[in-house]
Amino acid sequence: MALTLDSKTPEGPLADKWDKHKFDLKLVAPHNRRKFEVIVVGSGLAGAAAAASLGEAGYNVSVFTYHDSPRRAHSIAAQGGINGAKNYKNDGDSIQRLFYDTIKGGDYRSRESNVYRLAQSSVNIIDQATAQGVPFAREYGGLLDNRSFGGAQVSRTFYARGQTGQQLLLGAYQALARQIQLGTVTLYNRMDMQDVVVHDGRAVGITARDLLTGEISAHSAHAVLLATGGYGNVYFLSTNAKACNVTATWRAHKRGAAFANPCFTQIHPTCIPPADEFQSKLTLMSESLRNDGRIWVPSALEETRAPGDIQDADRDYFLERKYPAFGNLVPRDVASRNAKIVVDEGRGVGSLKNGVYLDFADSIGRLGKETIKARYGNLFDMYERITGEDPYSVPMRIYPATHYTMGGLWVDYNLQTTVPGLFALGEANFSDHGANRLGASALMQGLADGYFVAPSTVAGYLSGLLGDAPVETSHEAFTSSLASTQDMVDQLMAIKGTKTPDHFHRELGKLVWDYCGMSRNRAGLETALSEIPALRDEFWKEVKVLGSGNGFNQSLEKALRVADFMEMAELKVSDALHREESCGGHFREEHQTPEGEALRDDEDFAYVAAWEYGGPDIHKDAILNKEPLIFDNVKLSQRSYK
Amino acid sequence: MSTTLNLKLKVWRQESANDVGAFEYYDVAVADDASFLEMLDYVNEGLILDDREPIAFDHDCREGICGSCSLMIDGQAHGPQKGTATCQLFMRKFSDGDEIVVEPWRAAGFPLVKDLAVNRAAFDRIIEAGGYISVNTGAAPDANITLVPKEAADAAMDAAACIGCGACVAACPNSAGNLFTAAKLQHLNLLPQGQPERLARTEAMVDKMEEFFGSCTNHGECQEACPKEISVDFIAMMNRDYLKAKLANRKRSGQKKFG
Amino acid sequence: MTQATESRPGADAPEVNGPPKQSRFWIVEFYSSAIGKKWVMALTGIGLMGFVLVHMVGNLKMFLGRTEFDHYAESLRTLLYPIFPHGVVLWIFRIGLIVMFGLHISSAYTLTRMNNRARPIKYQSPRDYVAVTFASRTMRWTGIIIGLYLIFHLADLTWGFANPDYVRGAAYDNLVASFERWPIAIIYILANIALGIHLFHGGWSIFQSTGMNNPRYNSARRGFAAGFAILVAGINCLFPIAVLAGVVH
Repeated sequence: MALTLDSKTPEGPLADKWDKHKFDLKLVAPHNRRKFEVIVVGSGLAGAAAAASLGEAGYNVSVFTYHDSPRRAHSIAAQGGINGAKNYKNDGDSIQRLFYDTIKGGDYRSRESNVYRLAQSSVNIIDQATAQGVPFAREYGGLLDNRSFGGAQVSRTFYARGQTGQQLLLGAYQALARQIQLGTVTLYNRMDMQDVVVHDGRAVGITARDLLTGEISAHSAHAVLLATGGYGNVYFLSTNAKACNVTATWRAHKRGAAFANPCFTQIHPTCIPPADEFQSKLTLMSESLRNDGRIWVPSALEETRAPGDIQDADRDYFLERKYPAFGNLVPRDVASRNAKIVVDEGRGVGSLKNGVYLDFADSIGRLGKETIKARYGNLFDMYERITGEDPYSVPMRIYPATHYTMGGLWVDYNLQTTVPGLFALGEANFSDHGANRLGASALMQGLADGYFVAPSTVAGYLSGLLGDAPVETSHEAFTSSLASTQDMVDQLMAIKGTKTPDHFHRELGKLVWDYCGMSRNRAGLETALSEIPALRDEFWKEVKVLGSGNGFNQSLEKALRVADFMEMAELKVSDALHREESCGGHFREEHQTPEGEALRDDEDFAYVAAWEYGGPDIHKDAILNKEPLIFDNVKLSQRSYK
Repeated sequence: MSTTLNLKLKVWRQESANDVGAFEYYDVAVADDASFLEMLDYVNEGLILDDREPIAFDHDCREGICGSCSLMIDGQAHGPQKGTATCQLFMRKFSDGDEIVVEPWRAAGFPLVKDLAVNRAAFDRIIEAGGYISVNTGAAPDANITLVPKEAADAAMDAAACIGCGACVAACPNSAGNLFTAAKLQHLNLLPQGQPERLARTEAMVDKMEEFFGSCTNHGECQEACPKEISVDFIAMMNRDYLKAKLANRKRSGQKKFG
Repeated sequence: MTQATESRPGADAPEVNGPPKQSRFWIVEFYSSAIGKKWVMALTGIGLMGFVLVHMVGNLKMFLGRTEFDHYAESLRTLLYPIFPHGVVLWIFRIGLIVMFGLHISSAYTLTRMNNRARPIKYQSPRDYVAVTFASRTMRWTGIIIGLYLIFHLADLTWGFANPDYVRGAAYDNLVASFERWPIAIIYILANIALGIHLFHGGWSIFQSTGMNNPRYNSARRGFAAGFAILVAGINCLFPIAVLAGVVH
């Protein structure tokens, strides 16, 4: 049964669509709002912002987070900044330009109308955050400071030192705390969503597991908002937090929500490479380092000298060599892929030969150590803390790592998934970044969805339900969801196998990274498609979870999440296999220009691949639905950084 | 190249707040380029294969910003490295043969959940009491309409860097929550946007804090334990604002009366 | 409010100290808070520091001889005489001191109870402190020593029943008689060492508790506390030494 993917994009000129749409949406009168129950899952930027805003409006909101405090969501780790088309620098920025940069940066695989709305909202986000007391960097006159970020030609990035994500999240969290105090929002902390309950074709609630007692409970609502982030941890090693997982969106997918473009993942070029086998996560180093650092590897395969002893003639500054115009500042995907190429050739550096040098010797010589220290001191300190090497005297070692996932639940212009009443916000949806996300845009999207889009569109949905009471949790839809959730827990506890959940996660991550990482090819993807189901079978036979299902059990939490990654990974690989083109973060080796650059196929693949869950044999059963992407306002062109 | 450290680990194990806990000992050989939490992961993998329940501990981002990780390591909150959360503490800070003692945060305000994990909801209650600026979505004026001196923004940012980990409470001989509360409070009290609610906020947050924690006797241990090195100067500022909150004629000075 | 978490003991904040006290009188409400008590301790601390300073300066008169010293002692009773009747101002001071001591001790007692409640289960392994000083960790003990000594000191030199040679009005002779006994002199010196330690932390703590915090003088706060402690305790210790050495007799 194929879905009809109606994007519900409003008619009219691009710039007027959102206003027109807001006017067309039905409203809920203030005195009626308290009659509606809304569940928000996730308390990051999108979730906290949506919950606070809906609470302010007068709806009864429940927020679920698996953390002990809503403030710990992984939005907090974003470093660089947030884009806002304020044009405070008078350098030619505008909503139109931010829109254009985002569409082009996404390699023309996102929906024009959504992206334009994002650019429009960016302006309000800065106002909102400033009023909340987010301590953005200031100029001496007291005005807001901006910087250029991620290769953008205008300075439109607002920042709070290297902790912009933290400060924006605290702003949203504080707004949420205010609503909790006022009683409009109920907080369920240390509660992990397990299932979306669908009745009569609508999302009517969720089931969630109390991480402290193991009790699984049902929660009924008129609408459910998933703001549960991305699936980058499918790679095991990523810059995501350890608990980030795909469970919420995957279980929603299994209940009917289409999953769009799962193969689009972003790899960040400047992370610290793993030091050994049991490394648990990768640490991002700000992209700004590439402004002053030169990337190189030894020219010779058998090079054994210390980096400082290698003469310039024996070094390969491969980015500068291949891309003389942009050099070390080529976009994230290009920089990442080229690092992979030289490491795969065996020219990697470090004891595991798994990195490339990012060398500041020239900059230190030219600008002096003090200048470099002023610019990057905290990053250098962090690097030294983690690696034990002094980057002022020894070149840094960097390697790309998964950082963000552009794919996610398919949503229409209202951020509603293919299940009515189920909305997806922030990184959990697919909508705005196409095949590649620009720097400083993730924070912007999470907050735009949470503060400005969802409150209007969710109201539009709720207006049609006036007078309907939420479905009783004693209803069969809830009891069967509770039973299947409990069943999964019981099954995992009963296996009593021989390998830990982490073991399986690591194995899965290796498969996905090797075959569906920075560059992909048919043979590799097919290998992955045969190995992932085998690993999944082994998982369900051999995983070992100790302790009890009734109580605080971090192994069980992990196992439940790995179980979902096992399935989702297969869909991701399927999607990568089906997309016979290269675009943004998705590089298929079969589709490249003679110079080795990504070769898009706009003729055949200018669409969103929205996968429908078909059955447990993911690759065979998944049903592909296509939403064609129509570009009325931008001209599609090949990216070139030569 | 990394070297391997042979360590003796002494870890507090306790099934729940209502059970009796005790230290257990583990021998571990770990590379010195592992982080402290990776070392615990490694111990846990071994425990599971050995049919023993893994050690429960809170952690998430592992880059020193989410504030999930805790741990009293060798008698110091977040271990021996200054200005560093446990997740960014690396094993090369230790030497071969060391015995390392790991305990949970201990405070009545942070009841134990299991093993090394504690419940820090008291911090959320303090924020809910008034740790915000009341501005509804959509009601904000243009961001540049209010000038904020760079110094004010910088000072506010120094306070706002708090990650809410609770090391200040854990390290304080009195289990006082003053550094956390002061940091959260002064972040907002230092900014022009925070002025209308300044005194009400101070009163509400301090009163809420005192429901859970001990009192500050100016040892200064919190500042040393803080992974963000937040200064006790903010506590002094809070003390001053608290007196003002109680003394001032709020009605006539244009301040909100009650939290 | 967070009704969902209230029923979940591991997820919601625990009950420790109970809700804050509400009162019609702001001063009662203020004093009932811990920060209010710290203010009171700081302000009474300033008053008591003034007292020990003046007391020390007054006692220096012993080096000028019996006449000067007794004259000074007597003059305390005739302060502001004849505006006030004989001895009244001295009693006003005494009452003020008693009130300050009372508030200082009562606050300290309540806060100590609160702090004990805040960590009912102690750390089971040794702590490795970084910032605490011997002085800051022993405030309650040095405080108790000073309090006990104070009672003895009054019994010895004001009320006289602890001093077999006590003669009412003969301040100088009483003092010399007392300090000529070794045990008394040693107790006096030990009490003053305790006082010095107490002042070393208290003197700096005042600044924090009352929010006196400014980079212009922050670096001087510790110095002030140390200087004041050494000045008062050090000079006080000279008195029994001077008596035992025969400089004052």
